[in-house]
Amino acid sequence: MKRFFGFVKKEFLHIFRDTRTMLVLFGIPIIQIILFGYVITNELKDIRIAVLDKSNDEATREIIHKITASDFFILDRTLAGEHAIEDVFREGNVKEVIVFEPGFAENLQRYGVTRVNLLADASDANTANLVVNYTSAILRDYMSQKNSKLISGMMIVPEVRMFYNPELKGVYMFVPGIMAMILILISAMMTSISIAREKELGTMEVLLVSPLKPVQIILGKVTPYIALSFTITVIILLLGYLVFRVPITGSLLFLLVVNIFYIILALSIGIFISTLAKTQQMAMFMSMLSLMLPTLLLSGFIFPIENMPVVLQWLSALLPPRWFIVIIKNVMLKGTGLLYNWKEILILIGMILFFLVFSIHKFKIRLE
Amino acid sequence: MKTIAYLVQKEFIQIFRNRTLLPIIFIAPLVQLIVLLYAATLDMKGIDMFIVDQDLSISSRRLTQKFISSPFYRVKDFSFSIDQAEHGLKSGAADVVLVIPAGFERDFLREKPPEVQFLIDAINGTAAGLISAYTTAIINDYNLEVIPELMRVPTNQTLSRLDISYSLWYNPQLNYKIFMLPALMVILVTIIGMFLSALNMVREKELGTIEQINVTPIRKYHFIIGKLVPFWILALVELGVLLVVGKIFFDLPTLGSIGLLYLFASVYLLVVMGASLFISTISQSQQQVMFLIFFFMIIFVMMSGIFTPVETMPYWAQKINIINPLAYFIRVVRMILLKGSNFSDILPEFRALVIYAVVILTLSVWRYRKTT
Repeated sequence: MKRFFGFVKKEFLHIFRDTRTMLVLFGIPIIQIILFGYVITNELKDIRIAVLDKSNDEATREIIHKITASDFFILDRTLAGEHAIEDVFREGNVKEVIVFEPGFAENLQRYGVTRVNLLADASDANTANLVVNYTSAILRDYMSQKNSKLISGMMIVPEVRMFYNPELKGVYMFVPGIMAMILILISAMMTSISIAREKELGTMEVLLVSPLKPVQIILGKVTPYIALSFTITVIILLLGYLVFRVPITGSLLFLLVVNIFYIILALSIGIFISTLAKTQQMAMFMSMLSLMLPTLLLSGFIFPIENMPVVLQWLSALLPPRWFIVIIKNVMLKGTGLLYNWKEILILIGMILFFLVFSIHKFKIRLE
Repeated sequence: MKTIAYLVQKEFIQIFRNRTLLPIIFIAPLVQLIVLLYAATLDMKGIDMFIVDQDLSISSRRLTQKFISSPFYRVKDFSFSIDQAEHGLKSGAADVVLVIPAGFERDFLREKPPEVQFLIDAINGTAAGLISAYTTAIINDYNLEVIPELMRVPTNQTLSRLDISYSLWYNPQLNYKIFMLPALMVILVTIIGMFLSALNMVREKELGTIEQINVTPIRKYHFIIGKLVPFWILALVELGVLLVVGKIFFDLPTLGSIGLLYLFASVYLLVVMGASLFISTISQSQQQVMFLIFFFMIIFVMMSGIFTPVETMPYWAQKINIINPLAYFIRVVRMILLKGSNFSDILPEFRALVIYAVVILTLSVWRYRKTT
C-alpha cells in the first residue's frame, strides 16, 4: 500500500510540475464558459440588412423603421437598383435585402394585397433561416396591427412560456456540453498520453519490473486525474452558477455522483487507448479523432441528435458523452432525479464495465 | 538551398516510414468529414408536439388541424390533462405543448380574445426561438383565415394581406451541409498542419535528436523551413483531397477560382504552422505542445464564426478575431466556394494574413535556440 502511495505521489508531481499544461487545463473550461456565455450566442443581433425600396412611401418607411428599431437588424444601406444586390452579398457583410414592390402603399389600399420580397444570403443556412423568419414575423406583426380594427377582440394572442430556460440563454445548453468535453479531454486524453509517454521514453519497463502490480500501476496513473477532473467539474459548475446563473435545479449530490461515473468511464477509455497506442502522437490522434470531435459534434452538445440521420443517431448512442449530457441537462435544468434517468445511468455503467474488462485483457506486462 | 532540400527529404522519409501516422493523416479526416457533416445540421425537421385540447369544439379542432397538417410538427399525443403533457416535456418526449383551455370557442362568440398557451422546452434556446416563430406564424394564419370565416366578417370589409416571398441566394434549399463543409475542411487541414509540425519538432527535443542537428552547420532558418515545408505540402494535398471528396459526395459548389483558394490556403498554412512552430520552440514535451495548441485551437475555432455568425458577437470578441487566422480563412473559403468572390473581394483578408505570416515566422526563427 505504501508503495502505491509513493507511486501516486510521483504521478501528482509529474502533473503539477508541468505548470503550462496545468494552466491550460484550468484555462480551457474557464475560457470556454466565458466564450459560450458571451460570444457564441445564437440570438440574432445586429444583423446587417439592405433595403431596395421601389416604392418609398409612407407604408414602406414605416415598415423599415419598425424593422430597424428592433435589436435584430441594422440598416446597412439602401440600394439603388436590382444590380446592386449581388455586389452587396458578395462583399459579405449584408445578410438580407428587403425588396418592396413599386406602389406598395397604394396596392395595399386599393387591392388589399401587396408584395414584399426577402432575399437572404443563405450561404449561412442557419442564419438565413433565422433572419427570414424574424423579418416575416415583424412584417406580419405590422399587418395584424393594420387589421386589428376589423377583427379586434377576436384574435388569438398566444401566451408562450419558455420552460427551463426562460431567457433562452445559450450557456444553459453549453455548460453540460463543456463538462462532457473537458472531462473526456483530461481523463481519457491525458491518461492515455501519460501511459504512452512512459512507453515511448522507455520508463514503462522500469515500472513493470518494479514490485508494483499492474493493477496498482494503472490505479496509480488514474488517481491524480480523478482528483483533477473532479476539481474542474466543481469549477465549471460554480462558474456557470455564479457568472451566468445556470441553476442546479435537481440534487447536487446526484449530479456529482453522475460526474464521478463519467470520469471513471473516461479514464477507462483512456487506459483502453493506451493499450493500443505505442507513441504519444498515436495516443493523441486516436483520442482526438475518436473522442474530441465526435464529442463536439455528435453528442448533442451543439447539434440536436433528433435531426441527424438514423445511422448517426446509432453512432452517437455509442458515445458516452451523449448519455452524460442528457443526464446533466435533466438534473441541472429540469430538476429530475434517478426516476427519469436510470436508463442513461445503466448505459454509462455498462460502458465502464466494457472498457475496463477490455483493457485489463489487453494490458501487457511485457513490452514485446 | 541544398541543405533545406536535404532536410525536407529527411522529413519526408520519416513521415512515409511511419505506417501508423499516414492513415491518420489521410483517412481519418475523410471519415470525420463525411460523418460529422451529416451530424452538423441545425435544420428543424420535426417538432414533437403534445396537444391538450380541453375545449373540443369546432374552433379548437380547426386550430389543432393546422398544426397536424404542418410539415414542421409531429403531433405525438392528444390528452386532456396538462399534467400529462408537462410530464412529456420533462421526459423529453415533447418539445412543445399546446394548451387550449375550456371555453375557447365561447370566448370567440363573446368577442373576447381567446387564450391559448404554448409551453416550450427552451433548453436549446435557438430551437425554442424557431419553434416560437413557426408557432406564431401558424396562429397568425389562423387569425387571418379562420376567424373572419367563423365570425363572418362582412365581405366588403376585406382584410389587407401581405404577400411575403423569400429567395434564398447561393443555397436555395437551405442546405446546412454546404455551409459547414468549407469550415470543417479548414479545421481538419489546420489540425493536421499545426499538430504534426509542432509535435514533430518537440519529439526531436524530447528524444534528444535535436542535439545532433544543433551541432551541424545547419542555420536556424534552414531548420525551421525544413520542418515547415513537408507538412505544408501535406496539408495542401489534404485540402485537395477534401475538396474532391466534398465535390463528389456532397456536391460542394465551387463558384470561385480554386487557384485563388490555394493561394490563400498556402499563406494561411504558413501562419498557423509558424504559430505552432513558435509554440514548440517554447515547449519541452509533446504533451505540453499538444495542450497549448489545443487551447488556442478551441478558442479560435469557437470564435471563428463556424457555428454562429461573427456579427452577433460582442464588440471585443470581434476585435480579438483580428488575430484569429481561422476566422479569416473560414470566411474566405465560404466566400470563394459558395459565392464566387474574386481577389478584390478578399483582398483585406489576404493582406492581413500575409503580414501575419511574416511576423510569426520571424518570431519563431528568432525564438529557436541552437544552444541551451
